[in-house]
Amino acid sequence: MTSAPRVAAPLPRRAGVGFKPEHFEAIMDERPDVGFFEIHAENFMGEGGPPHRRLEALRARYPLSLHGVGLSIGGPRPLDRAHLARLAALNRRYEPGLFSEHLAWSSHDVGFLDDLLPVPLTAETLALVCRHIDETQEAVGRRMLLENPSTYVRFAESDIPETDFLREVAERTGCGLLLDVNNVEVQAGNHGFDPVAYLDAFPLDLVGEIHLAGYAEARDDAGHELRIDAHDSPVRPRVWQLYRLVIARIGATPTLIEWDNDVPDWPTLHAEVRRADEAAIAAMRREMADVV
Amino acid sequence: MSFETTIAAFAAALTDPSAPAPAMTIGREGRPDTRRFGVYRNNVAVGLIKSLEARYPVTRRLVGDDFFRGMAGAYVAVNKPKSAVLIVYGVDFPDFVRGFEPARDLDYLPDVAALENAWVEAYHAAEASPWPLTALADIAPERLETLRFAIHPAARLARFATPAASIWSAHQGEAEPAPPQRWGREDVLVTRPHAEVFVRALPDGGHDFFAALRAGAALGEAATPLIEAGADPGLHLVGLIEAGAIAGLA
Repeated sequence: MTSAPRVAAPLPRRAGVGFKPEHFEAIMDERPDVGFFEIHAENFMGEGGPPHRRLEALRARYPLSLHGVGLSIGGPRPLDRAHLARLAALNRRYEPGLFSEHLAWSSHDVGFLDDLLPVPLTAETLALVCRHIDETQEAVGRRMLLENPSTYVRFAESDIPETDFLREVAERTGCGLLLDVNNVEVQAGNHGFDPVAYLDAFPLDLVGEIHLAGYAEARDDAGHELRIDAHDSPVRPRVWQLYRLVIARIGATPTLIEWDNDVPDWPTLHAEVRRADEAAIAAMRREMADVV
Repeated sequence: MSFETTIAAFAAALTDPSAPAPAMTIGREGRPDTRRFGVYRNNVAVGLIKSLEARYPVTRRLVGDDFFRGMAGAYVAVNKPKSAVLIVYGVDFPDFVRGFEPARDLDYLPDVAALENAWVEAYHAAEASPWPLTALADIAPERLETLRFAIHPAARLARFATPAASIWSAHQGEAEPAPPQRWGREDVLVTRPHAEVFVRALPDGGHDFFAALRAGAALGEAATPLIEAGADPGLHLVGLIEAGAIAGLA
């Protein structure tokens, strides 16, 4: 389909960053040494125009990760076939190294609700999520990664631990997992569990990508700390710690810095990417030392 | 409780700000928590209002942030996106603004909003090479009468009772906007021949001429009203081609 210039598709085991159009000129001028860029698929579902022109220019120089935020895999309604076709078209056109979506729902009878809403974790939803992932992988024509959620409430009916749920989904569908370390820390605060114990139970061998971001803080009705997955600030020290713990176990892994709100200038964002890169490179050095 | 019921109740409570947090959602204390559920409610409303703010920056500037947030919030409350592609969310917001009682006296506001929507549509429209002026020179004069044109996919045409394009232009950039020099109707052509979107006011007769060509009329037929009014259809055609409104011959 494409004759456009492309660098190789696979994501290096380094840090990348969410692409923001306001950084495009700085990126083209500077050609920063970052591992990859990630895009929200839905922002590139127009037919043409500057978004695609910028993405072509970016893709000629960098590997790409395609991250969907609107498929509603965890919802009771059938997946939107037109949306699947748009995801497949983006995948064909831009040849991303990875494609990922969320364990969440966002569409119901009222329409698209523009948030990643929580899914009860039961045998019923497990079967449904697996069906939707089978359908997605079939439509898009590739393996996907499923991202662990960030939630503010739990459901009384949930009776499967999230790490078991994700492992089971991956085993049944063959999908991989996207481990959002910030989401782990957010949920650990919101639901009162130990994030290290969560990571101990997480099927780390299935992780194909890692996300890092900042969160905001509020209080719930009972006065408990409420962490909000705001993507509006630097990665927290505790999340860096957990990240180093993960890559010490599984080795350097493509890692994304997500900063979607109150987006800083490029040098600030690039510094955050370099920090993740340094951790990934240190992990790679340790791997090399183990081999030698 | 079945999954279907759980999600239906969750969605209903999300979209009804007076509803309590759904009974099956629980926080640290093992019971529904208004502030926790409120994060979702807030995310949905704020996210959709933000996408309207991004689509309608001049409309927002004309009424101020607070008024716009109220108006957008009223729209969002009853108009949820039909798909996850927010690039097409809020296409009918100008109609909503036209019927929004607190903005009733601002007759130019829905027109400016309609122009902004046309701008965004042009921005995301399919790519096509604009038909070059040199191609017109290659056509034998006796064929001109019967020519029919393919319209460029980004081209948008609008007729406003207010000087919406002048108001819109005056609000580009940071400078204090000057009021329109003339308060009256404006016909507007929006094009995106390459990467950049252009907005221009059409001269008298230009709106109907382009509308006729777009509807498939032959050049001779579309040009008749201009000739009868003593205008030069050649100038109008060259203007459309230079604007990038024509993609080729039909």
